[in-house]
Amino acid sequence: MSSPVNDARASSAGDGGAERVRSRGEDSTVTSMTVTELQAALKDGATSVDLTRAYLDRIAADDGTLGAYLHVDPETALETAAAVDAAGRAGTGLAGLPVALKDVVVTEGVPTTSGSKILQGWLPPYDATVAARLKGAGTVLLGKTNMDEFAMGSSTENSAYRVTRNPWNPERIPGGSSGGSSAAVAGGLAPWAIGTDTGGSIRQPAALTGLVGHKPTYGSVSRYGLIAFSSSLDQAGPMARTVLDAALLHEAIGGHDPLDSTSIDVPLPVLAESARRGAAGDLSGLTVGVVRELGGDGHAEGYETGVLARFAEAVALLESLGAEVREVSCPAFDLALPAYYLIAPSEASSNLARFDGVRYGLRVGDDGTRDLDEVMALTREQGFGPEVKRRIILGTYALSSGYYEAYYGQAQKVRTLISRDFNAAFDSADGSRVDVLVSPTTPTVAFPLGARVDDPIAMYAADLCTLPASLAGVPAISVPCGLSDGLPVGLQIMAPALADDRCYRVAAALEAAQDAARGFRFLDQLTRRTADATEGAA
Amino acid sequence: MSTPSQEARVTRQEIAHLARLARLAVTDEELDLFAGQLAVVLDAVAHVGEAPVEDVSPTTHAVPMTNVMRADVARPSLPRDVVLAGAPAAEDDRFRVPRILQEEA
Repeated sequence: MSSPVNDARASSAGDGGAERVRSRGEDSTVTSMTVTELQAALKDGATSVDLTRAYLDRIAADDGTLGAYLHVDPETALETAAAVDAAGRAGTGLAGLPVALKDVVVTEGVPTTSGSKILQGWLPPYDATVAARLKGAGTVLLGKTNMDEFAMGSSTENSAYRVTRNPWNPERIPGGSSGGSSAAVAGGLAPWAIGTDTGGSIRQPAALTGLVGHKPTYGSVSRYGLIAFSSSLDQAGPMARTVLDAALLHEAIGGHDPLDSTSIDVPLPVLAESARRGAAGDLSGLTVGVVRELGGDGHAEGYETGVLARFAEAVALLESLGAEVREVSCPAFDLALPAYYLIAPSEASSNLARFDGVRYGLRVGDDGTRDLDEVMALTREQGFGPEVKRRIILGTYALSSGYYEAYYGQAQKVRTLISRDFNAAFDSADGSRVDVLVSPTTPTVAFPLGARVDDPIAMYAADLCTLPASLAGVPAISVPCGLSDGLPVGLQIMAPALADDRCYRVAAALEAAQDAARGFRFLDQLTRRTADATEGAA
Repeated sequence: MSTPSQEARVTRQEIAHLARLARLAVTDEELDLFAGQLAVVLDAVAHVGEAPVEDVSPTTHAVPMTNVMRADVARPSLPRDVVLAGAPAAEDDRFRVPRILQEEA
């Protein structure tokens, strides 16, 4: 497929200083390419150093405004790239391609904070499996991306370090918790990135910034070395400009890992090939279920009309590609939000007990007059931000005797009901079976910075559509399906456990059909608009 | 089984107790803030209690797996000095911690 390079790019130089995060000059010919195009460029003689430098230049120019990264080490990145070039590896597999990692992924000798002050300055002594696999594949680490503290949040505003802006509109949130990764990729500051998803933290930011983001089947990507938030829900996955790019990144990080006892010991399905096949555009024989409880009749409260309109158009497009579409009811999905906001904080309150000021990170108040408990309590008071404290207290409450059955126990039973709804949709023998379920990825487009930061319940509602797949452990992808109010809208495709390939196939079919109708790729609208705005200002 | 009340009330004393259980020093302002917010969140999550869950077993984990075993083979662990390098305080090849036991009165 040829690159829909747009002509506005070359004229986008300028310094403006302004509101909008700008795309600059020639570098954007590299930094708006897909990964498959970058691979082709490497095979055609470009070096990994060339590509890495292009992204580092964009980071130097734009990240002061965008706020996507917490840590960038240009020297080491260029050294790694030069070594890949010298070894003649660039262009084979993923070798020589730059990548960004969410700061929840531990990286040996590279600062890792999980967005928290309690880990400021910590240098991990080992690599997460995800990081090790990408390193082994010869990728070049551009940097570590910003996130809500310990991945708790839906806007990245809970980061202890900096604000991250949405490249489509700098007054809007980039989603969260993987908002640094989404802003970096959408803004052309990384070709792709790793995010993690506990209740929607890959899919929601991908949707709000016009990316493809996939939450793999629980247990299919190793959690070894991911700083744990909610262990029964956390999954790492790809965030990319296209469905095929996401599939390639997923294949590089996925598969069994003996270091994670919850890792599933079966081979990954073929993902990139499914994306390529899906892009051919034939969905005949596929049955798509539209989940009534996620924005359908009687369940549309809180959903923007623009989001529902783009979603309906995308479903019609799937139908026109040969898919059979029917509505499916999953009644327990109505209870996913309360169940999630009991289960995740409960697990978090336990997981975050490891931040005790003893083995790593911050220690406060150890002046010889205080005992261990007091030092621990002071360390955690100063090291954790408000949302983390809120969730620790909520989780401690939900797990405490007298409340355990009514809250945590009940939420776990609701989790069973949600899995049953998925099973009924995917496995029923009465002819009502569907191959995938679809919904909007989020009820609204990206909201303004600050709009929900003081209202936890409104913030939690951003995850409404992504929580059921998290609780059931099934794979789900978000793929762009248009704009509403000039901001991206995502469509979510959910599939049975271990059938991640279906997500990629259907997403690629939708992406290809929309690209063909539009005449260029979804994210190229952002490049064009940025260029136009620059011209307009000049 | 008790059902969560329709309108949860959380006192400052309860927050102080929970914070103590969680080894979290909290300021006076935080006690007020969290008491209010916890009540709001509990109200919002209380309808898990409405679910028809008689005879439903809880799900702790989406992928059913039990007793995942590996071969009992020793593997090298991280070098001690590398691990201690990340600690706030270390002494004699160990983590150094503040006093654990109160002195006898």
